[in-house]
Amino acid sequence: MSLHDTTRDELREIAGRYPEARSALLPMLHLVQSVEGCVTVEGIETCAEILDLSAAEVSGVATFYTMYKRRPMGEHHVGVCTNTLCAVMGGDAIFERLKDHLEVGNDETTADGKISLEHIECNAACDFAPVMTVNWEFFDQQTPESAVELVDSLRAGEKVQSTRGATITSWRAAERVLAGFEDGLVDEGPAAAGPTLAGLEIAREKGWEAPAPGGGAGPRAANGADGAGGTKTAVATESPEQAAEEADTSRAESETKAAESPADTKGGGSDD
Amino acid sequence: MTDVLTPVLSKNWGDDRAWTLQAYEDQGGYQALTKALSMAPDDLVTLVKDSGLRGRGGAGFPTGMKWSFIPQDDSAAGNKPKYLVVNADESEPGTCKDIPLMMASPHTLVEGVIIAAHAIRAKRAFIYVRGEVLHVVRRLQAAVREAYAAGHLGSNIHGTGVDVDLMVHAGAGAYICGEETALLDSLEGRRGQPRLRPPFPAVEGLYACPTVINNVESIASVPSIVTGGIDWFGSMGTEKSKGYTLYSLSGHVKRPGQYEAPLGITLRELLELGGGMREGAELKFWTPGGSSTPILTAEHLDVPLDYEGVGAAGSMLGTKALQCFDQTTSVVRCVLRWTEFYKHESCGKCTPCREGTYWLVQVLQRLDQGQGQPGDIELLLDLCDNILGRAFCALGDGATSPITSAIQYFRDEFEAGMHTPSSELFPPVASTLFTPVGGAA
Repeated sequence: MSLHDTTRDELREIAGRYPEARSALLPMLHLVQSVEGCVTVEGIETCAEILDLSAAEVSGVATFYTMYKRRPMGEHHVGVCTNTLCAVMGGDAIFERLKDHLEVGNDETTADGKISLEHIECNAACDFAPVMTVNWEFFDQQTPESAVELVDSLRAGEKVQSTRGATITSWRAAERVLAGFEDGLVDEGPAAAGPTLAGLEIAREKGWEAPAPGGGAGPRAANGADGAGGTKTAVATESPEQAAEEADTSRAESETKAAESPADTKGGGSDD
Repeated sequence: MTDVLTPVLSKNWGDDRAWTLQAYEDQGGYQALTKALSMAPDDLVTLVKDSGLRGRGGAGFPTGMKWSFIPQDDSAAGNKPKYLVVNADESEPGTCKDIPLMMASPHTLVEGVIIAAHAIRAKRAFIYVRGEVLHVVRRLQAAVREAYAAGHLGSNIHGTGVDVDLMVHAGAGAYICGEETALLDSLEGRRGQPRLRPPFPAVEGLYACPTVINNVESIASVPSIVTGGIDWFGSMGTEKSKGYTLYSLSGHVKRPGQYEAPLGITLRELLELGGGMREGAELKFWTPGGSSTPILTAEHLDVPLDYEGVGAAGSMLGTKALQCFDQTTSVVRCVLRWTEFYKHESCGKCTPCREGTYWLVQVLQRLDQGQGQPGDIELLLDLCDNILGRAFCALGDGATSPITSAIQYFRDEFEAGMHTPSSELFPPVASTLFTPVGGAA
């Protein structure tokens, strides 16, 4: 038995946070990984037992999501974004260099057990391209050289801090945070840095700001009907069924049409 | 006429310890909550409806209208608990606005959540944040903890009788969970696969109860609307695309980053603010709102970046993720990489998307390697035609956008793929940021 009672208690605690216990499965699997180093059979069976599910059901969930690993992970997870933008800006070159340097392929762990390398999809930091992650912390604006330095520091056990986040702990410790247990590192790193502040800095230089509430700036379109301009886009709700159908966001295209049509038929918007 | 840039959401991002409750309240935070709690829920719904705020997650559906679809009558659905779920699964390639917002000022979102939950009479709310952004998860967890301690969350908030509980829920790596019904399945502890509609989430969403799912930026915009009012909000933007929004500039540009401006600004204006493309570079193609929105070219630099303007140009505003690529970039290589992404992220539920994206990758790979076969371009278009509108959800539709638009504007590059590898026509090293344009590799 590798799962201690404390872990079982914590798994039950997570299950108790939700209106329906099954909602806890994703964070529970994160906790299993933080303790076991991957999603183990015992971890799956324990989650199944607590949530009154079959092991097959839990396994089906665990295999769907890319963050859940079925083989033991290294101490650190190193991700290189190779989605289009980062790839073009240099992510492909960085990933090639790291595979070479670490002598591993994608989704493999170095012989010393220190680093698991993986190419990752867009991590929502495109203005910092090319982007890497260590244990899901950002390492922005990387080059092949900086990437090699980074992994060498990690392997040497040196203190490494994210370019916009906290001191790097370990992949397991990160998984524990994702399970919902805070680690006290929230106040490390800045609120924002570099590209995040680009527009704000330009606005400050130029003295630009949003209008003051109640100010007299008019809309960009010709019609400055103020209050009336707002109510014009309001639409009488149709039958609940029709309304619910329009609220569907499965298809951006059809939804945009749905959004436009009421404004058009209302007539008020015809002056532009 | 408003200023060119209008920081509202991003206004406090440069503040010292902006993520803390103290810093947020010092610059006026949670005053909108006080005002909103004194308002009747229906009046809040009307306010947001009348403001013209449209969903900032890509589809542009009016936020207030979405709220108004929640049944509040004495029907079976109306008597069920209501839920508010924030879609913080920002994963659309190129999109990078919600993550910095939550990193810098998580309380803006939390305040918006409490107001929105009050408006739709939801006692429980969830922020479903993608798992791959550890520090953002930390900042959200701490913000929620602080908000509880300050009495902004919990039972009988500030003695008003309003109860709202909020949880931060980390995902586990799946682009499809940004699709709202897949997100709900994931939040229920299942594989994240889209649901058949009807029933719609407004009637049967989370736990088969009425549920509103809104994007981070949409919800974060609500406090400013409560404080500023609809005239203020409508003084920015265009007639049908009201307000301000975050534009995310990335790629071969001198100054990538977040630019908060009234809806309707153009890419030309945004590029000029940041000094244009990198030295010696020309804009070749760009996405207006992530990889699922058809690409545009330099001839579209003056298209107003609002819902109508981009739509009229044959694309979609999407998430306002402006990925700019210069003349060193191979269109075929980019389209292949995006298509590989959609293939990887296809949830497997429906055949057109699961099989279609697989075959699209096969064909694009040989074109990328200069081994395309006669008829491959027509084959790609035919495959796209069989996916678009036939897939279960928007992922399949989105997968076709880069392909069909790239063939429309750069057909010759696909034709070159019959005989020449993309890496010969466009050496990848020239596109990297560590190589000056025109410089030796």
